[in-house]
Amino acid sequence: MLDDFFTRALVAGIGVALTAGPLGCFVVWRRMAYFGDTMAHSALLGVALSLFFQINLLVTVFGVAVAVSLLLLMLQRRQSLSADALLGILSHSALAIGLVLVAFMTWVRIDLIAFLFGDILAVTPADIGLIWGGGVLVLAALVFLWRPLIASTVSEDVAEAEGMKPARARLFFMLLMALVIAIAMKIVGIMLITSLLIIPAATARRFSSSPEVMAVLASLIGALAVIGGLFGSLHYDTPSGPSIVVAALLLFILSLFPALGKNTAEKAGNQGVR
Amino acid sequence: MLMTDRALGAQSENRLVSLTNAGLLRDGRWLVRGVDFSIRRGEVVTLIGPNGAGKSTTAKLAIGVLRPNEGTVERMQGLRIGYVPQKLAIDWTMPLSVRRLMRLTGPLSDADLASALAATGIPHLVDAEVRHLSGGEFQRALLARAIARKPDLMVLDEPVQGVDFAGESALYELIREIRNSTGCGILMISHDLHMVMAGTDTVICLNGHVCCRGTPEVVSQSADYLKLFGGHSRSLAVYSHHHDHTHLPDGRVLHGDGSITDHCHPDDGHHHHEVHDHPHDHTHDHHQHGHAGHEHAHHAPATDRGNDRA
Repeated sequence: MLDDFFTRALVAGIGVALTAGPLGCFVVWRRMAYFGDTMAHSALLGVALSLFFQINLLVTVFGVAVAVSLLLLMLQRRQSLSADALLGILSHSALAIGLVLVAFMTWVRIDLIAFLFGDILAVTPADIGLIWGGGVLVLAALVFLWRPLIASTVSEDVAEAEGMKPARARLFFMLLMALVIAIAMKIVGIMLITSLLIIPAATARRFSSSPEVMAVLASLIGALAVIGGLFGSLHYDTPSGPSIVVAALLLFILSLFPALGKNTAEKAGNQGVR
Repeated sequence: MLMTDRALGAQSENRLVSLTNAGLLRDGRWLVRGVDFSIRRGEVVTLIGPNGAGKSTTAKLAIGVLRPNEGTVERMQGLRIGYVPQKLAIDWTMPLSVRRLMRLTGPLSDADLASALAATGIPHLVDAEVRHLSGGEFQRALLARAIARKPDLMVLDEPVQGVDFAGESALYELIREIRNSTGCGILMISHDLHMVMAGTDTVICLNGHVCCRGTPEVVSQSADYLKLFGGHSRSLAVYSHHHDHTHLPDGRVLHGDGSITDHCHPDDGHHHHEVHDHPHDHTHDHHQHGHAGHEHAHHAPATDRGNDRA
């Protein structure tokens, strides 16, 4: 039953999920879901540029995601529009420009659906190397930046006053986001990347007593969603990317049931206050 | 003259931080301007002033969270700061226990952690989740965190907000004790005038700029003070003196003599050395401000703006 391409898909998907978990926690804590979406949507622009200039796809997607996030930071500093409205403008324009550019290039034929919703079953051994190599890099950087990132998530001012250099942490975090989006695009596609960041993190919240526990749990829950989604997609013959997201959603809904909600952290908190 | 003052100040007298003519411009409006003061080891400096006077802004300038658009802020090399901000909103999606909060910006031994929490009266909350704490408990946790860092300079922006009445004086007592035992400097923003009177070395009254300063004792015993407030409102006097100018909604300033200027500035010529309606005229030294050097002059943009984090 386990065809070779399916095993590859599992290994690749689990690699992406393990990387996305801790990063997704920061996206949730820092309320950057829409920001992540914007970066992901700009990836299609990266695809178009890659085709046009014949450059490696990973490089252009990463580059465009970084450029868009820097542009956003610059625009935010001018404070002419709310961050929310700016994100809406950038997010959909980047996607639309990407689609238009791809349509202009009549000499290339690409499977647009594969880019938008992922094509995990076409993963090659080279892709797996990239996913796991990149994943280890991202996780190592996160471990290194962990304290400044957590501190500046709680309070930028306290982090700055006490020498944690929050601006540097924020910049590195954006680079890591761009890298994960470039890596994960093939697995769940541009439209669904942020769901793999956010849903496992949100699911992990209820069972976590500390940021560190939540980060690890989000990774494991994401991996579980990949496994469940891929087997579901094989069984019901459904598209793999969306199936993974549906599996993640089912896990999230399951976590909401009160019987499961024996939240150790919440109990400790309540006892403490009383 | 200012240059030599600054060079002297950085090297001598154990100055942890000194602000020289510091000002912060936001959206074309000076939030504070012409702020001069320094904090030495073991000194407690309290900022008071009406809402919008720039107290929190001044504190943030002192610790480098904000950088001045004008003037300089110098901090001692390797200055270790413990900061309790006025507002801190933690997103409830982050699971954070008090124990984890205590280690937010640096490692901490279990013993130090426990003793800091015991000192602020919440040893039993060590494993509580931060979002379940009451306002006062949260304030105590933040104070414990700042103390446990063993800082050279503690910056406390309304540290006892939301703390019950009995707890307030205990925490102020604790802050004094820490100053005495560790010799750290303390910059505090407080509305509690008993604390201002009893536990402070220097009171600085802000209203967009330093409008007066001095020891609380000198302030409360000055002749003008007694004439204006009598004996019955001792502790309120520091706070409720007349400001000789009003900040208009559009950012301009209406002065005591009826004139209106674009910005508030100690050199604008509206101050108490001309208009004698101020209770602390005798308590602070006008020369401290460096008025003589640039009466009515506009300050040139600081040339060494980027050097404040040296």
